[in-house]
Amino acid sequence: MSGQTHGRTDAPAHGGAGAPVAEYEPVFVGEGRRRLDAILARYPTKAGALLPALWMIQEKHGWISPTGMAEAAEVLGLTAAYVKGVVTFYTMYHQHPVGRHFVQVCTTTPCNVCGAEKVGEAFLKATGAKRYGETSPDGNWTIVEVECLGACGFATPVMINDEFIESVTPESVPALVARYA
Amino acid sequence: MGFPHPTHPKENPVLSRHFGEAEARSYDGWVKRGGYRALEKALGLTRDQVIEEVKASGLRGRGGAGFPAGVKWSFMPKQKTKPHYLCCNADESEPGTFKDREIMRWTPHALIEGCAIAAYAIQAEQVYVYIRGEFTEPIQVMQAALDEAYAQGVLGPNAMGKGVRIDITIHRGAGAYICGEETALMNSIEGKRGNPRIRPPFPAAVGVFGCPTTINNVETLSSVPHIIERGGTWYKGLSLSNPKSTGTKLFSICGAIAKPGNYEVTMGFPLKELLYDLAGGMRPGRKLKAVIPGGSSVPILTAAEAEETLLDYEGCVAKGTMLGSGGMIVLDDTTDMVYQVMRLARFYAHESCAQCTQCREGTAWTVKILQRLLNGEGRREDLSLLLDLAEQMTGRTICVLSDSCAAPVVSAIKKFRPEFEAYLRNGKPAARA
Repeated sequence: MSGQTHGRTDAPAHGGAGAPVAEYEPVFVGEGRRRLDAILARYPTKAGALLPALWMIQEKHGWISPTGMAEAAEVLGLTAAYVKGVVTFYTMYHQHPVGRHFVQVCTTTPCNVCGAEKVGEAFLKATGAKRYGETSPDGNWTIVEVECLGACGFATPVMINDEFIESVTPESVPALVARYA
Repeated sequence: MGFPHPTHPKENPVLSRHFGEAEARSYDGWVKRGGYRALEKALGLTRDQVIEEVKASGLRGRGGAGFPAGVKWSFMPKQKTKPHYLCCNADESEPGTFKDREIMRWTPHALIEGCAIAAYAIQAEQVYVYIRGEFTEPIQVMQAALDEAYAQGVLGPNAMGKGVRIDITIHRGAGAYICGEETALMNSIEGKRGNPRIRPPFPAAVGVFGCPTTINNVETLSSVPHIIERGGTWYKGLSLSNPKSTGTKLFSICGAIAKPGNYEVTMGFPLKELLYDLAGGMRPGRKLKAVIPGGSSVPILTAAEAEETLLDYEGCVAKGTMLGSGGMIVLDDTTDMVYQVMRLARFYAHESCAQCTQCREGTAWTVKILQRLLNGEGRREDLSLLLDLAEQMTGRTICVLSDSCAAPVVSAIKKFRPEFEAYLRNGKPAARA
């Protein structure tokens, strides 16, 4: 997604289950700094390393906070405003804390005609999340509909955090949820 | 092969021959299957000879546009005054398309080899493979293969011991369909928002980081080693229809079909045979209603049109559509066309980068109008409004995302108008009206 919000059903719920950020632990120190330097060696500009750097922040903190954006800006010689502009462009970067398990269910046309919407509903039911984008009361689950995951022949593909799962059916959802609980 | 199904006798597996073989993912397994011979051969030829071979093969871009790959390479400056770059477009996000994912999952070294040959041909020392962020498994498999390729000296400062520098770097996307558009992809590599750029200048002149750049799709690059090894003439001979569409092509088939998957056939293969022989036909008791043949961004074919279509660039144009990425979305007689067209429009509205007014507003309003139709609140003028909107969205923007939203909408209204009218009349789908 991109700079707009219309048509979105997966906007993260503001202030959902997000705990206030206590102390921000920097990402680009020690091993993190070494990893960043190895990435920087692959690009002719520092800004080229921005997307990978943002992934590193999200990997460590689960989302990209304003402090995280400022850290990326600092190490790459960019402004925090510029970094925010980039973060807000890409759907996979979380600008707010999400549940411990972040579930993306593909409901675009090819999966839709194979019953994908029922898979999404099964996830809401099994996790207690009230609606798409709103984290479950226990803080464990955020379910979103996602546009085309690129595995249309394996309807319905679902991502739980970084795990890509093919051929999910409403019937297979409870067992998947139990595996992560 | 129609992974996960066994190879059908009518298939012609070149790229997909080793899909499903775990061993083919490793360097040793790949070499055992003849891997890296083409790279070795290419590095012994002049750059022009490599480009000429690919030109002779007739290979055309498999990402959607169908531009001849060798010709694209020949646009790169011969005199190198700045670094040159190769970008591999692995941002596969076009609804209905899932072929590049399988190439990367099963034959990562095929792609690495193709990238290395192309990089040599265009004098690029750095290759960026832009893989969409959701493809966690392909990213892992590709990274493991790259690590092995470096360890074996295939890549690096002295690639294959031939004194040429070739580096390949995976650049992970972060959830934006538009980054599959080549200029948006380059912006994304530069650490920017993925907004497409105005052309000219074209990438061969001013591409990523302001340097001459070539962008090729995963399937295109993976075809290159076969062309180098067996010759452009051999590849050009692979055609069932006409000399402008050559080679084999992976067709992803999905939606309301018995055996969804990837099937590799020679160009010019009849769509009807792909549907009914290879992919097992319709599900029990269902009838074919429509096919969107080139990923979701192309005009919809009715069942009758689809059954007469030849799968190549010209064959699809002859039926008023496009081959695109070769992702076939099959719709059967239970499909509510109005609802599914709304879902497609929603996809484009969600993915619009919002730079151009026609696209930002057009895609959003297309969704709103279709939604009110579905809610039984349609207005008499809505169908002509949708068509007018689609006209304003076609050919007027920096990239073709907006055109891609208009194409299925216009063709659906034209070919399935009674379904739209039923919603207007009764506020419900035709079948239940």
